[in-house]
Amino acid sequence: MAGSNPNAKPMDLTLKVWRQKNKDAAGQLVTYPVKGISPDMSFLEMMDVLNENLLRSGEDPIAFDHDCREGICGACSLHINGRPHGPERGTTTCQLHMRHFKDGDTITIEPWRAAAFPVHKDLVVDRSAFDRIQQAGGYVSVNTGGVPDANEIPIPKTIADKAFDAATCIQCGACVAACKNASAILFVSAKVSQLALLPQGKVERQTRVENMVAQMEIEGFGACSNTGACAAECPVGISLENINMLRREYISAKATSENF
Amino acid sequence: MILDSNIPEGPLAEKWDKHKFNVKLVNPANKRKYDIIVVGTGLAGASAAATFGELGYNVKAFCFQDSPRRAHSIAAQGGINAAKNYQNDGDSVFRLFYDTVKGGDYRAREANVYRLAQVSVDIIDQCVAQGVPFAREYGGLLANRSFGGAQVSRTFYARGQTGQQLLLGAYSALNRQIAYGKVKMYPRTEMLDLVMVDGKARGIVVRNLITGKVESHSAHAVVLATGGYGNVFFLSTNAMGSNATAAWRAHRRGALFANPCFTQIHPTCIPVSGDYQSKLTLMSESLRNDGRVWVPKTVETAQRLRKGEITVNDIKEEDRDYYLERKYPAFGNLVPRDVASRNAKLMCDEGRGVGASGLAVFLDFADAIKREGQPAIAAKYGNLFDMYAKITDENPYEKPMRIYPAVHYTMGGLWVDYNLMTTIPGLYATGECNFSDHGANRLGASALMQGLADGYFVVPYTIGDYLAKMPNERISTEHPAFKEAEQNVMAITNKLLSIQGTRTVDDFHKALGLIMWDYCGMARNAEGLRFAKAEIRKLRDEFWRDVKVTGVNEELNQTLEKAHRVADFLELGELMVDDALHREESCGGHFREEYQTPENEALRDDENFAYVAAWEFTGTGNQPMLHKEDLKFENVKLTQRSYK
Ligand SMILES: Cc1cc2nc3c(=O)[nH]c(=O)nc-3n(C[C@H](O)[C@H](O)[C@H](O)COP(=O)(O)OP(=O)(O)OC[C@H]3O[C@@H](n4cnc5c(N)ncnc54)[C@H](O)[C@@H]3O)c2cc1C
Ligand code: SF4
Ligand code: FES
Repeated sequence: MAGSNPNAKPMDLTLKVWRQKNKDAAGQLVTYPVKGISPDMSFLEMMDVLNENLLRSGEDPIAFDHDCREGICGACSLHINGRPHGPERGTTTCQLHMRHFKDGDTITIEPWRAAAFPVHKDLVVDRSAFDRIQQAGGYVSVNTGGVPDANEIPIPKTIADKAFDAATCIQCGACVAACKNASAILFVSAKVSQLALLPQGKVERQTRVENMVAQMEIEGFGACSNTGACAAECPVGISLENINMLRREYISAKATSENF
Repeated sequence: MILDSNIPEGPLAEKWDKHKFNVKLVNPANKRKYDIIVVGTGLAGASAAATFGELGYNVKAFCFQDSPRRAHSIAAQGGINAAKNYQNDGDSVFRLFYDTVKGGDYRAREANVYRLAQVSVDIIDQCVAQGVPFAREYGGLLANRSFGGAQVSRTFYARGQTGQQLLLGAYSALNRQIAYGKVKMYPRTEMLDLVMVDGKARGIVVRNLITGKVESHSAHAVVLATGGYGNVFFLSTNAMGSNATAAWRAHRRGALFANPCFTQIHPTCIPVSGDYQSKLTLMSESLRNDGRVWVPKTVETAQRLRKGEITVNDIKEEDRDYYLERKYPAFGNLVPRDVASRNAKLMCDEGRGVGASGLAVFLDFADAIKREGQPAIAAKYGNLFDMYAKITDENPYEKPMRIYPAVHYTMGGLWVDYNLMTTIPGLYATGECNFSDHGANRLGASALMQGLADGYFVVPYTIGDYLAKMPNERISTEHPAFKEAEQNVMAITNKLLSIQGTRTVDDFHKALGLIMWDYCGMARNAEGLRFAKAEIRKLRDEFWRDVKVTGVNEELNQTLEKAHRVADFLELGELMVDDALHREESCGGHFREEYQTPENEALRDDENFAYVAAWEFTGTGNQPMLHKEDLKFENVKLTQRSYK
């Protein structure tokens, strides 16, 4: 009885789901009816119901990524009715509830679409490009041990809060999926800003931004054309300000490195 | 087998320093001749893998998610403890040690807990240096909050996303070592067996979750940092993929499993809403700093509320029972988790629960909002309130939250000695995967602390001692021990695929979860446990006769992944029941109805049960063999825990 609307009736829906056997196979949308869906179910619980039905009838269940089901791990990644993570703003797929749909609705479910995110199977894509971008510079170079006392680095609360806002990116890839150029700039800017804002990250800010941007290009993400679609679809509200900050960081890094 | 905990001699406060001095070192130039496997890259694994890499070892790290940054640790909300005493409120290493031993109801090893409290302060320094954005005061210094079971403010936090920020810190350190080539990362790869050569852990067998390929990896030592086993219960606050397979398969190879029945049921979770429910969502314990827990004073009021004849706001102040404040005036809403959970159950058993099912109590923020204003409360807990609203469609700023206990954490795990080594030489266990520090009940904000303590500051020292004493020769994965383990994995897989029965894996998992929750959950008794044991055995037999796993091994096959995990849960569940049955006392999260005080508090039996129960695997369906590690308390006095 979690929902505020205990009288809400179960719904019957038609799902059109992208099925693709593996990365080399051709894929297609396949239609599945689902019945008796409670409005209090989460979207992924609705998918569970469908998968249990498929299994019982001996069909291959639909593969999709998910883990925490709390909007924090960034694993879930469904393109629902043309929008990454579906119709609700500021909500990951796993936190989307069926009360946002109506009886009789047809729902189209696809994987993220981007050259840099090839499909492994059905709705599961390969996002390892994001890890490689982080490996290119998304860290402060400190070893374990031998660091100063935590309170020896006072940080104004306003700066700490801003860095925190940038640090909440869940690395889901919705920004890429939302962008017509499949640009990863919002994702990259979140890390660059977080570390550029904090005193700990300032030492390496120039090489960091250069290396991360270079890796982003190597991975085949598109260029940013300022449509803002990324921030509009970002489930945790990473702001476009971070992109501005990345640009400033990048320009100043390039200006300095060309002087050498 | 004699269990030697290898606790160093000497006074408690000097043990760790002395031990660090006494352990053998691998000289810097030789470190690159040693290979270490780290399974799991949550807080405990990522921190260890990164630190091993920094030290110069060759590391291979594994996780089943598509990225190390998605480990279950990411979901931790409330915070991490450290004895910094930044608040000048009387905290100290000894107090954190004392609170942890007491909170664990005197079933943890003193020396390990003391070391944990000692290194806690280094963790905060390390994380800040990495750029972890902890909450700060206006003066720019770090902020703290209080957590259950403590009367000081020692919890560091990053809004309600502390685990996320700590894991991103460890992930960044790991990434740096991956970039340097010191760590090779294998995401979407699941360990399915441990390989032993001459009685030592020398490698693992894994399945590539994309291609299904079964492969071996050889090393000089193996560290398991694979998390807890709360998902035995099907419904828990753990991530969907959290599982016990790596630990269980090591157990089958000889590693003893300690205190399996010590599970933590967290008091503040969003109640179950329907049978389609796939997991439960935690509302962080930090909410108990400002939220007040209550139920209606009378059964009659509760009934009218459940029927919808009145609303919560119709219930007058004098008709509410703030039962934690009433029963435990000293700690109030901040009593430890086991106490809070059990009391919620008691209220619901009395018929005073709320919500349609009657299985919920209120967590009310009205007073805090009145006192501090909505923006202040939103700043502290905004993301938790949003999460609650998304799931329940109710606004917790206007109406109290409804909460109920849910399975959350497992104190039990692989038995380890002071060096975090299991009973298999060369096999280490860190983080939630081991049993070591929390006794029969873990205090809030102490799991993150333990995971990072183990990974950054403990195992990097102790593993060196082991490696320094062994030759650096590598063993080829062509060795018969690897081939045998690969065949073992393929045999299980083939069996699972060949049954082609009628019931789904989830079906079995849910059935197991229900047995565990009803008979080995918040309250247990001998009769129920015996019944549960028989039921689990029946269910396990049926699983191996009638489970339905579609597809093939050589593909991304999520049903097959789950089937492996549930097969192990069906064995582990029985061991948990055995352990709960044998422990004829109540302590912490283990509440045996036969053993309680007149006020319904847990009644320990220190005379007969002040030991760690470490179980040896003797074959599926056979009675496991019990080994005891006696616990000696030299620095705290064993008393009846009181939070009154
Ligand atoms: C919702 C929630 C909130 C919490 N909040 C707090 C809090 O505020 N404070 C606190 O101290 N604690 C908290 N906890 C507890 C804490 O988060 C966990 O105990 C801790 O994060 C466990 O860390 P770990 O590194 O041991 O394991 P995990 O983070 O669970 O990592 C396990 C790793 O092992 C890998 N793995 C598992 N099996 C295999 C296999 N067979 N093969 C390969 N890889 C494998 C996984 O991929 C993963 O990388 C919370 C827990 C939950 C559920
Ligand atoms: S910026 Fe937002 S949308 Fe992009 S990866 Fe991060 S959280 Fe996801
Ligand atoms: S499953 Fe973790 S964010 Fe959705």
